[in-house]
Amino acid sequence: MTRRIKLHEIAHARAGDKGNTSNVSVWAYDPGDYPLLKEQLTPERIKAAYPALIQGSVTRYALDHLHGLNFVMHDALEGGVNTSLGLDSHGKSWSFLVLDLDVEVPDNRPA
Amino acid sequence: MLRLGCGAGFSSDRLEPAIDLAEKGALDYLVFETIGERTLAFGHRDRQLDPKRGYNPQLAARMRGTLAACKRHGTRIVTNMGVANVAAAAEVVVDVARAQGLSGVTVAAIEGDDVSDLIGPETILFDNHDKTVAEVGRPVVGANVYLGIDAIIPGLESGADVVITGRVADPSLFLSPLVHHYGWKRDDWQRLGQGTLVGHLMECGMQITGGYFADPGRKNVPRLADCGFPIAEVAENGGCVITKLADAGGMVTSRTVKEQLMYEVHDPAAYLTPDVTADFSGVTVQEAGRDRVAVANGSGHKRPDKLKVTIGFDGGFFGEAGVSYAGPNATARAALARDILRDRLARRPGFEALRIDLIGINSLHATAHGVREESADVRVHTAMRSASRDDVATMLWEVESLLCCGPAGGGGYRGQITPSVITHSTLIDRDAVRPSVRMFRA
Repeated sequence: MTRRIKLHEIAHARAGDKGNTSNVSVWAYDPGDYPLLKEQLTPERIKAAYPALIQGSVTRYALDHLHGLNFVMHDALEGGVNTSLGLDSHGKSWSFLVLDLDVEVPDNRPA
Repeated sequence: MLRLGCGAGFSSDRLEPAIDLAEKGALDYLVFETIGERTLAFGHRDRQLDPKRGYNPQLAARMRGTLAACKRHGTRIVTNMGVANVAAAAEVVVDVARAQGLSGVTVAAIEGDDVSDLIGPETILFDNHDKTVAEVGRPVVGANVYLGIDAIIPGLESGADVVITGRVADPSLFLSPLVHHYGWKRDDWQRLGQGTLVGHLMECGMQITGGYFADPGRKNVPRLADCGFPIAEVAENGGCVITKLADAGGMVTSRTVKEQLMYEVHDPAAYLTPDVTADFSGVTVQEAGRDRVAVANGSGHKRPDKLKVTIGFDGGFFGEAGVSYAGPNATARAALARDILRDRLARRPGFEALRIDLIGINSLHATAHGVREESADVRVHTAMRSASRDDVATMLWEVESLLCCGPAGGGGYRGQITPSVITHSTLIDRDAVRPSVRMFRA
């Protein structure tokens, strides 16, 4: 059996921007959680989660030995920091957007 | 062992931790990195308004705070605070040195990143669906190529106390002292890759010492208010330890290092700079004592043949204005204000790109997936960019008028208009770029 928790409970993240491309790296606090992050946080899932935001493709790079995933989201910043009319024109807050996703963890995983 | 410190990781970075590093860091080099896509655009904007401006606005303050200590300790300064006006910036450094009685201070100004003359109407913008410069339909206000170590190192070889540049690749500011000091070959891609890793980790200042990291209860950072800037101790083979002053706040852990490792990186196996195609995919991160993290196994491949250029275009004027609503039914009143603004403004020609967010409801994340929540503290935030300053002023006026002509209880109007520069990127041949060094003496 599994239970649903926020990614924020088991991972930390940082967002960066280059032009109209955003990247969010996601890191497991506990290496034991990394396999489930890798299984559940697919680029397809990230792309589907934010249809209003991500106009282009999503690529995922895995750093298995560091227990981290790097998501690169193209055409996702309303043109980029010097073009967007949004308040967070860098997309700096996107790390916590991704950390708000749900993940399924085993029931017996220690809290 | 070479000791590099970071005295600024972005344009508006803090001053006090840089002073601490200059005084107590026992550094060989203190590097100030202050250019981003946004702040380079600001540099062009400032230089347009005043030909004597366009460099980092905090340049004089940073030099007043650190130059004397660096001179005393034999620490050399490397910085891109020249932004869009390197020569004017070098003169500011000279002025500060003279005012502080530091006669004999030498400044090497690295020029040649301004490649406006290589950009034409047919130039292709790879980040704008391969449109041409002409198709953007706006005047070009500047074009800057990312210079690398080949441009910076001659400044170090000149013996200058301060090497000041405009647009260079951020990691190159740190890689240059390493190559200069250790005599690394310019095609030693492994070392250049590892040295670029060091630069990449350092160039955002306290983003690796606990800044931009704290998430109370999950990621606690000790004494964040007094967070220190980072120090890199780098060996001849490029292996390095990231650390900080022992009495500074913040922390250096494998987690702070890992978050910074992928910051603004796409493919970790191909991080492009003018110096090397760096490969971070096998990097190892190992805690080696309190606030000491060893980072190794960065690598690299041949450098790219083409260099990236950021082109700034006149973006007209950017305006933003807001009014807040609070208490019972605040969300509905703010939404009504938004709808009124749309009615009064958005249907007029020239206002098509108006954007209105409700801060507290949908300004940051809910714009991504459509969450709607009730809030008792909502700000209507309106933003637009236009070639017409009058149109932007009209927007501000309409938002302010909500105080009497909108829903009940609106308050806290603020509005501002700033000149705007928008940016796109292209690639040019490396051989077309001719960097140069100009010396200034106090």
